Amino acid sequence: MADSDIALMAHLMRRAGFGATRDELEALVAKGYEATVEELLHPEDQPDVEFDLMERYLPEYGNLGAIDFSQQAWMYRMINTERQLQEKLALFWSGVHCTGFAKVDHGRMMSVYIDLFRQHGMGNIRDLLVELSKHPTMVQYLDNVDNHKVAVNENFGRELLELFSMGVGMDGQVNYTEDDVKACSRAFTGWNLEPCMAVFPYGRSVWRFRYDPTDHDNSEKTFLGQTGRWNGEDIVDIVAQQPATARYISRHLYNFFVADEPQVPAWQDTPPRDMEAIRILETAFTESDGDIRAVLRALFNSEFFKNARFQKMKSPADVVAGTMRLVKDHTEVKLGLWPIVMECKYMGQDLLNPPTVEGWHTGSEWIDSGTLVERINFVADQVGNTDLPGVKLIIDRMSVGTSVMSPEEFVDGCLDLIGPHEIGQESRNSLIQHASRGGEIQRSTEEERSRFARRVGEMLQLIVATPEYQYG
Amino acid sequence: MANEKERVIAVLSLSGGNDGVNTVIPYSDPQYYDSRPTIGVGEDQVLRLNDDVGFHPSMVELKQMYDEGKVAVIQGAGYPHPSLSHFRSMDIWHTCEPDKIAAEGWLGRAIKEMDPNGENVLEGVNIGRGLPRAMVMPGVPVASVGNLATYGVLTGISGEEERSEALEVFSHMYSPAIGSGSVMDYLRETGTGALQGADLLKVAPEIYSSTVEYGNFPIAQGMRDVAQVHLADLGTRVLYNTSPYNAFDTHSNEATLHSGLWSQVSPTVADFFQDLREHNRGEEVLLFMFSEFGRRAKDNGGGTDHGTGGVCFVIGDHVKGGLYGEYPSLKPEDLEDGNLRYKVDFRSVYTEMLEGWLGLDAKPIVGGTYEKLGFLN
Repeated sequence: MADSDIALMAHLMRRAGFGATRDELEALVAKGYEATVEELLHPEDQPDVEFDLMERYLPEYGNLGAIDFSQQAWMYRMINTERQLQEKLALFWSGVHCTGFAKVDHGRMMSVYIDLFRQHGMGNIRDLLVELSKHPTMVQYLDNVDNHKVAVNENFGRELLELFSMGVGMDGQVNYTEDDVKACSRAFTGWNLEPCMAVFPYGRSVWRFRYDPTDHDNSEKTFLGQTGRWNGEDIVDIVAQQPATARYISRHLYNFFVADEPQVPAWQDTPPRDMEAIRILETAFTESDGDIRAVLRALFNSEFFKNARFQKMKSPADVVAGTMRLVKDHTEVKLGLWPIVMECKYMGQDLLNPPTVEGWHTGSEWIDSGTLVERINFVADQVGNTDLPGVKLIIDRMSVGTSVMSPEEFVDGCLDLIGPHEIGQESRNSLIQHASRGGEIQRSTEEERSRFARRVGEMLQLIVATPEYQYG
Repeated sequence: MANEKERVIAVLSLSGGNDGVNTVIPYSDPQYYDSRPTIGVGEDQVLRLNDDVGFHPSMVELKQMYDEGKVAVIQGAGYPHPSLSHFRSMDIWHTCEPDKIAAEGWLGRAIKEMDPNGENVLEGVNIGRGLPRAMVMPGVPVASVGNLATYGVLTGISGEEERSEALEVFSHMYSPAIGSGSVMDYLRETGTGALQGADLLKVAPEIYSSTVEYGNFPIAQGMRDVAQVHLADLGTRVLYNTSPYNAFDTHSNEATLHSGLWSQVSPTVADFFQDLREHNRGEEVLLFMFSEFGRRAKDNGGGTDHGTGGVCFVIGDHVKGGLYGEYPSLKPEDLEDGNLRYKVDFRSVYTEMLEGWLGLDAKPIVGGTYEKLGFLN
């Protein structure tokens, strides 16, 4: 098995999922790259996580209002799901088609919202946009619940165009006008919620969508140059066919799965980093009539994807879930998941609660002196814990052979087993220098082996503290 | 007045689009009550500043500070061709660039002017997670601190010797390298700054003591951290704090939400200055409070949609308190697409703070020449 195959598979699993251990990578390489892509694209062929275990073991389950259960349940899925791409896509969409707990104020409905992406995230864009427009969490988050025939609330109508589908502009042109926003908002009047019982004293109940034709503005509207008595579905039909939507979704997918792009507000005037790649994705989008699975298939099998190793800053969810998968902790439901969820927040990604409807800014914007410290400290604490099963596996593999190991072999071995991870020559030199300072690296006697294990842990801690490790 | 080098600007961002009309309320204008049938605040409840306008009733402490002449209220603050998108409008306030997307923030540029060689990694300190674009400037180290009390690099490595060796390696790996590309440069700068800043910031909560008890909510806790950093004498000139994101985005249930927000902000500002005064440091800090936009003139039946022409505040001992700018007319014929017309370009407020308070040339920072309003003594 060639090292390059392992490295490529590790890349695929970091991007299309939350990473894989060396054993898992070897099994996937044996299966083949394209076969693995197909497996990722068909989550229905893999078993789902056992959700009832979470219900049983997480005491917060009974509290519908609080976010605690929903965040923990999601992190548990990221760490344990065999349907890696499904979960990764849920994370992707949750940062594009945002709703946030801060406003929704209903923890369970936030969880129910993410289910939407598990169900439709790999399907047709039209279904996804219609379903999210009807989703009670979205209806509440962007105030469509207050969008009435006689008093139009433009919050949802605007963001549907600006952030969920077309984007404000591309190639230096605007994609729609303020009049389009108004027409779009009017088309979604009457898309609201079934009345539910008052929170006090009844507690929270599960919200349900309701279309109220008497509150719908059925008059004629002109939207993107087309005139008719448009309702919400018609708007989505028109939107889904816009070249702007193909571009916007392609660019988002590229930014999330391939390499960092500038932030969304710059997209109107800043061309994509790799126009050829975006064209390939746009074509897949248009030819499949907006089928996300088809776009992803084109993406993962493309050369631009395969060549984009370490071209992306890891998101906090990548860092946290990826680290837990690496060290194999929280592979069963147990206490202590909450602090793990909070780490993600400290690194700048509060799951189910993005800062704004624009979602999280990505790329280098994940990094400031505060978040850099958070991510390095968290990962270093995990990989330095030589009792964790995943760290033990790395030590075991490093321990093969009895001879003395050179500092170079030691550093390269650790880099290989934690990734394989590529780092620059200067960082590698710093690590080698550190390794040589600790004396000869031996692992023959019991005592040497225990010292060796400790040194592997320390080296892993330094590797995760490198600037290069912040990329994935 | 405090020596120019000791003068500090603190910013509290009211994220989400604070409703200026229900903050500084034109209670004597019948149009206000016509425009705000659902969320209008009764004339008898308004905290009157003059015969025309008054504060929202939950701004009791700010009203008192206003009466003491410490609060400049800038009415009708905005900019031409307003954007009604949160992010875009916030970015415009951050970057002073209404017409193009810019990555550099005005405070980042100000920090660069005050400390051109980046000698003090704590020249700017953001309290909270995620740096606001206002403080972003390539080559300018700015600390972003979630929790002042536990800040540090590789804190989990046990053993003092091991940790100091690890930090040495860390400092090597993050030292600037030639030709490594802009993002890698940025990472290295950030890492180096983080290491230096962490060592310095460690002392702030340790040496802090105060009789002031801040409220137990994020805005107040953040402002307490701002005070702690200032009181630790780390040479920090720019301090930044943000309300919970989009908290002020009151599309619905505004009567309750907006009142709740100001009953957090108002006492927090009073506590903040009380804390500084208790340490005889009140004169050194100018506090600026703003939001990315105001809201629509008319309410939507429960709240207000994104609008324009908001209100911002400059507060401090060296402020000439009072009303500045001009209250935008609420009359339907004076509105633009239902929105208030702005009266004061926010860049003129920045200009005065930059020149009158920090002693900088504002023109290159805000990208033009703007008339000062005269709110500084």
